[in-house]
Amino acid sequence: MRDVAIVAYIEGQNTSATTLSPVEMIVPVVHEILNRANVQRSDIDFWCHGSCDYMTGQPFSFVSAVDALGAWPPIMESHVEMDGAWALYEAWVKIQTGEANTALVFGNGKSSAGDMNRALTLQLDPYVVAPLWPGFRSLEAMGARAAIDAGTVTERQMADVVSRSLRDAADNPNVLAYGYRDADELLDEPMTANPLRAHDCPAMADGVAAIIMTTADRALEMCDRPAWIRGIDHRIDFQNLGLRDLSRSNSAALASFHAGVTKDKVDVAELHATYSHHEIILAQSMGIDRSTTRMMPSGGALVANPLMAAGLARFGQAARQIFKGDADRAVAHAAQGACLQQNIVAVLEGN
Amino acid sequence: MADDILRIRTPIGIDYTWSSGPGSVVYMRGLENGKLIGRRCPDCELVYFPPRNGICPRCGVLLAAEVEVGPRGTITTFCVVNVPFLGQTIKIPYVAATILLDGADIGMQHLIQECEAADVRMGMRVEPVWKDKSEWTPSLENILYYKPTGEPDADFDVYARHL
Repeated sequence: MRDVAIVAYIEGQNTSATTLSPVEMIVPVVHEILNRANVQRSDIDFWCHGSCDYMTGQPFSFVSAVDALGAWPPIMESHVEMDGAWALYEAWVKIQTGEANTALVFGNGKSSAGDMNRALTLQLDPYVVAPLWPGFRSLEAMGARAAIDAGTVTERQMADVVSRSLRDAADNPNVLAYGYRDADELLDEPMTANPLRAHDCPAMADGVAAIIMTTADRALEMCDRPAWIRGIDHRIDFQNLGLRDLSRSNSAALASFHAGVTKDKVDVAELHATYSHHEIILAQSMGIDRSTTRMMPSGGALVANPLMAAGLARFGQAARQIFKGDADRAVAHAAQGACLQQNIVAVLEGN
Repeated sequence: MADDILRIRTPIGIDYTWSSGPGSVVYMRGLENGKLIGRRCPDCELVYFPPRNGICPRCGVLLAAEVEVGPRGTITTFCVVNVPFLGQTIKIPYVAATILLDGADIGMQHLIQECEAADVRMGMRVEPVWKDKSEWTPSLENILYYKPTGEPDADFDVYARHL
């Protein structure tokens, strides 16, 4: 295996509704990350992008994103119809095969372009589930209900997660949920999709995230303290919700095991928990002790959820903890699909 | 046997709010007022019409200066459509052409009318025929088609690097 590290991370300004086109959102972020790593376009030998056409309602919308990259002379690039975290995985594989040494990975989404509760329903089985238009929030509420009934999650724990996220959000200028409230105040709020309250659901955003990753011979030129990817794995659960125990995430558990999460202590975890109960289910499934691991210092996807970028943002935020020297060993995680169906997990280390 | 096959129809529909982005607004506002406005790349200085999301795809930078182009242009390449298809609204044979508007560096596609398909050629000079002003919207459809101007053909060298 080649040693590969994340050496730079940039996120665009998250907004509730931008008037920029998706490509116009990407351009400044690409410029900024190239500057941050102090590299030229020609230093990037693989570009990989994650986005979703259903979000913009435009077939092949990802093709226009290549315009943002300055693809002349021709570049080697690829796209996944997934969160940018899966583009990062593709780039990691590309580097492992020796076909590339330095990759720029980005994910972007304009959640404001449509009704995401509806659009995300199109990820479901098209024969018996999607035609019912269950709505994404309702499915996540089912997952939360399953976990509460199984006794693995309590409403109080969910409120604690939200309260901590709101506290951490105060230190992050790039969030869309504001104002600290303690768990008691949160529990006084009415439920909007039983057992979810409004604050258990993510603050939807339009945004972009970008990461540069490279091999050992160049990593130190681009970053004082690179975040080395010591393990990475992704797994998928059944699409059929009736075949799964929604109170846990088998695929997150498998991905965590194969990425080596529990081999040593975890200083920081950035889990792509878009609903408050996700964090508790994920930590249990992945073997992360929430009492000793610093959870989502960025505030997480609850306080800013730019679809298709929020998962990659977890990798970036975990890497930042390593860059700054605040953590020696961090876990980055991204999820896609209903009720934590697909999970990717990486272990990042500073040494 | 066919009676045993169960079919379901599952129509899907989602409404979207599309914002064209500031890079394209100038172009669309121009069309609404009968003007063809492209934008220049600050790096390679090529003029794009339409200004494609406001980005120069060659350089990966935001386009800058607004540049009025055309309205006349030169046919760089074309296709004679002889095949009838469902939904066809124009009488065949007709010509779809790539037109390099004067002052622009990329061609745009439009319809050629008011001449025989057989007479259309590379280098032919053309000009737009607009809809009635009362029907203008922020769309290139304000131009019904292009027709020959009768000027002498452009030299090949003029459009050679735009093919």
